[in-house]
Amino acid sequence: MPKSLLNIAARTLLMAAVILLLAATMEEGTLDEMLYYMPDVLYLGGQHLELAAVSAGLALITAIPLGVILSRPACRRYAEYVMQFLNVGATIPTLALLAMSMSFLGIGFLPAAFGLYVITLLPITRNTYTGLCNVPNHLTEAARGMGMTAMQRLLRVELPNSLSVIFAGTRTAFSLNIGTVPIAYLIGGGGLGELVFMGIRLNDTPMMLSGAIATALLAVAVDLSLGLLSQITIPKGIRMSAGQA
Amino acid sequence: MIKLEKLTKIFDSYGHQVMAANQIDMEVPSGEICVLLGPSGCGKTTTLKMINRIIHPTSGKVYINGEDTSKLCDTELRRRIGYVIQQIGLFPNMTIEDNICVVPDLLGWPKAQSRKRAKELLEMVALDPSVFLKRYPAQLSGGQQQRVGVIRALAADAPVMLMDEPFGAIDPINREIIQDEFLKMQQELNKTIMFVSHDIDEAVKMADKIAIFSQGELLQFDSPDRILANPINEFVENFVGADRAIKRLRLFTAADALVADATTSIGTEPVVSLQTSLTDASAMLYSSGAERLCCVDADNRIVGWLGHQQIAARLAQAPQASMEKEALSCQKAC
Repeated sequence: MPKSLLNIAARTLLMAAVILLLAATMEEGTLDEMLYYMPDVLYLGGQHLELAAVSAGLALITAIPLGVILSRPACRRYAEYVMQFLNVGATIPTLALLAMSMSFLGIGFLPAAFGLYVITLLPITRNTYTGLCNVPNHLTEAARGMGMTAMQRLLRVELPNSLSVIFAGTRTAFSLNIGTVPIAYLIGGGGLGELVFMGIRLNDTPMMLSGAIATALLAVAVDLSLGLLSQITIPKGIRMSAGQA
Repeated sequence: MIKLEKLTKIFDSYGHQVMAANQIDMEVPSGEICVLLGPSGCGKTTTLKMINRIIHPTSGKVYINGEDTSKLCDTELRRRIGYVIQQIGLFPNMTIEDNICVVPDLLGWPKAQSRKRAKELLEMVALDPSVFLKRYPAQLSGGQQQRVGVIRALAADAPVMLMDEPFGAIDPINREIIQDEFLKMQQELNKTIMFVSHDIDEAVKMADKIAIFSQGELLQFDSPDRILANPINEFVENFVGADRAIKRLRLFTAADALVADATTSIGTEPVVSLQTSLTDASAMLYSSGAERLCCVDADNRIVGWLGHQQIAARLAQAPQASMEKEALSCQKAC
């Protein structure tokens, strides 16, 4: 545990160093100009987080039960069809997806959140399903042979033993989500995209950078906190056997 | 007691009907170990797994201690049967203590009682509870994990145990040790055990009865001695091996071939105890080159001797006839 904390701390430091280096190599005064946008960054960052939290949160509470249902023996043969359907959803370019959701839901927060929700859904569902399917057969057979009901097997054996795979999918999905939020600006969703796109249009590099860097930092922060959460929630015995393998 | 009545399983594989177990009739009396033996795909594992309905039978009935199990629901039935599998199947997310207490917890035992039971069971297999209770499966060696796998099946004190090649994944040296430990435990516990194996030596060592399967049929169901002495057909004869006479030696002890003579003088002959198996005794005869072995009892008093001739004579004796056959021949004689 302390080792992994150290690991996270080291990565954070490295990230900070890279960003400082970037800042230092930029023209004199760029940093000051960027800091000028601080109030905007904070306000839009709040919007950004809200959009991400709502869409990713909703995706999480639909994708995990969906993955669980698909992995049940009775549904397994339909699982690939559902997965293909979700795959198609994920292959549509994000911009096109947002444009489509705008044509149904109008502009503003709702269509933006919906588009982001669709993008986030697939990695979590896919990993929940794969994780549960890959729980070793002998564990489920032992659980069955000892007289656990289907629900007890799921909660006591299958989910704990697939948690690391589910977490991996969730981290990918959340990073993807936060990185995509800036595009939501185009359909009036707000967020840090406002600084990025405005900066590009006005040829104002510091403005663009302040939005982009803030987005990157947010993505890193969310990923790190999810990593920390997984360290806490994945059962100790499983982390040990993973370390051994 | 476990009784199987016309137990049948037909698998449907891509339109083909595969007979995995055909009208299996068996009865294992309480306190006995019955080993199901045969090559892979012979139906032994299917038969075992139909008892706790991991595989649902196509037809036929299973009785446990006289009770028809088809009236019980799956989970209730399984909680009453200890189950050990080859891959052990300890849950890596739980401590050893929680692993052992799975079935007691499912049955709703008070926590204090089940945890006390876990402690007792660990002591029984010589694993120190203060060290192992709070460990995780990943921290145990293969042999230790297998011991925990066995005591986990004993936790709720089920009268019946099913074991699917329980010692198959352990190295030969540890396997011998765990088999001996298990036989010792069984002497006290007196469980009724069905045990799947593909190893004839393991079967001869562990079994009170051996059931030999081939292609879904139960070919012969008899004591190890009778199976080795009188294989019912060519298949069984080939399966138990050309050295079946030598395997039979394991079933007897020096006491069975002894020439009682308290005046036997100890010269250069090797000395054996009454409990030494004839396998070990013959090995000593051959390796020492001596004519005979001197035999002593538990108090180291000389009780007699045995040589090649006595061992050969013991093997030449027909095995004890089964009760039914005795009754039958008696009827004929009358």
